[in-house]
Amino acid sequence: MTDKRFTTIYEIAEGLASSAFSSEEITQDYLDRIATDTSNAFITVTEDEALATARDQDRARAAGKSTWLGGVPMAHKDIFCTAGIRTTAASRMLENFIAPYDATVVSRIQAQGMVMLGKTNMDEFAMGSSNENSYFGAVDNPWGERLVPGGSSGGSAAVVAAGLAPAATGTDTGGSIRQPASLCGITGLKPTYGRVSRYGMIAFASSLDQAGPMTQDARDAAILLAAMAGFDERDSTSANRKDAWLGDALRGLIVHPQSLKIGLPREYFQLLKDTGTLFEALQHTLEQLGHTFIEIELPHTDAAIPAYYVIAGAEASTNLSRYDGVRFGHRCENPDSLEDLYQRSRTEGFGPEVKRRILTGTYALSIGYYDAYYVKAQQVRRLLAEDFARAFDQVDVILAPTTLGGAFAQDALTTDPLAMYSQDKFTVPVSLAGLPAISMPCGHHEGLPIGAQIIAPPFREDLVLGLADAYQTETDWHLQHPEQAI
Amino acid sequence: MADHEAQPIDLDHLSRLARLSLSPLDRAALTQDLENIIGMIDAMQAIDTDGVEPMANPLDATQRLRSDQVTETVDPTVFQANAPETEGGYYLVPRVVE
Repeated sequence: MTDKRFTTIYEIAEGLASSAFSSEEITQDYLDRIATDTSNAFITVTEDEALATARDQDRARAAGKSTWLGGVPMAHKDIFCTAGIRTTAASRMLENFIAPYDATVVSRIQAQGMVMLGKTNMDEFAMGSSNENSYFGAVDNPWGERLVPGGSSGGSAAVVAAGLAPAATGTDTGGSIRQPASLCGITGLKPTYGRVSRYGMIAFASSLDQAGPMTQDARDAAILLAAMAGFDERDSTSANRKDAWLGDALRGLIVHPQSLKIGLPREYFQLLKDTGTLFEALQHTLEQLGHTFIEIELPHTDAAIPAYYVIAGAEASTNLSRYDGVRFGHRCENPDSLEDLYQRSRTEGFGPEVKRRILTGTYALSIGYYDAYYVKAQQVRRLLAEDFARAFDQVDVILAPTTLGGAFAQDALTTDPLAMYSQDKFTVPVSLAGLPAISMPCGHHEGLPIGAQIIAPPFREDLVLGLADAYQTETDWHLQHPEQAI
Repeated sequence: MADHEAQPIDLDHLSRLARLSLSPLDRAALTQDLENIIGMIDAMQAIDTDGVEPMANPLDATQRLRSDQVTETVDPTVFQANAPETEGGYYLVPRVVE
């Protein structure tokens, strides 16, 4: 434990167990740092609730009734419903929305005794790759002022990178955990579709949305995944699995897989320019650990972004039709008809990117276009999933870049939606195929962190976590912190 | 479907379907953005998908069924606490029937 701002959740749990500090003390440390932070990474800080929970946990521990994670602080992306505490999805539409219930992710993490520090900033309704689409304003990447932290889980990535929370939850629809993790130099895991319940997680694209951990290292990702995951009656697409390794993962125990055959997708690496050498070094480290590499092909990669924007847009236009100004959410002043109420409430409540996505989805679903766009995109989705399935006949896992480069400047891409969309080129195919993938820091380029993805077959998060943990045992990229935080 | 040709974007029709009212300034920028986005999406039209089954769930899972029984009840006042305008348990909207 070299710097207490960058204590992992594993170290905090051990520190609490050995009475090195109390939950109240460490929670107060984080709240003090959050109070002086200017990055705009939090939308809501829940100071009173956090301290009350921390004291409860300290009392439970003194009485011998504590769980191992009891009293460890963390933050939630402001897309997870929290009973009695507002949940905004970074939208004006939900500026004053107070959910009457907790998301399953929130209640499970609460059941472990973890302390919520607050709700983190994000792109509105999780639509974006830079966190600049937030109604509550952009977030600074701790690696450089005026640099984006990525998105949509930009606030969660920034708080972990800056030491404002030891870990946070995120959600990933097309890369929204992995891309900000890469840009902020942290570890982020998108689990298999269905691994973590979507109940109480504000919906964007329901066949893609998946919650996951954003942490300082792979061991913490395993712990937080185990705390979040599991079958849930309340999510109709929840997977009913009995994976014994999750029980060990909850205590930070991960098996390092041996002698893996690792695929390098040609379609990804041929696009890399300056960061290629970082991946050669990463490959070398993994070879020394006894793993072997072969080149593989994922031939439909170029079709992923087009198919994604049809499917995600279509599902978003459907999901967001619930915001009508009647039952909850923003309502316009003095509507003169029901139609006027719907139209003005939605027009005022949604930001420009959300409108673009709704209109794209409306186009793809409208009469005469449905077969050419929506059905076509779903067919392309199957071809992409089959690309991965064929690759996994030859290899155990796939190694790929997470992003084309490091963090970019704020305002650099905001006027060019297509340039922004192409940021997710390496993350979207995995989302369409529903696969688990981690992003972990593997080097720096021009002083900024770069992430690598490890992708596995469905429900083999154990492989990606184990390989990432083995890599982090050999290297220290995950221990590099931005100067601003030091 | 390779013979598909992009159609001009009828923003009036789309915004009506999506219940969005757009200012003249928004309209010009949005029309351009949507044309660019649809143009980008149309790249997938070149892919041969003849005979490919559309994929709705990434793991080809089907909807789980449950028995048709009441499992939970909610207190409407809790849910209506978020509503912009209610009266006597009803949501209020502008008059629909004269």
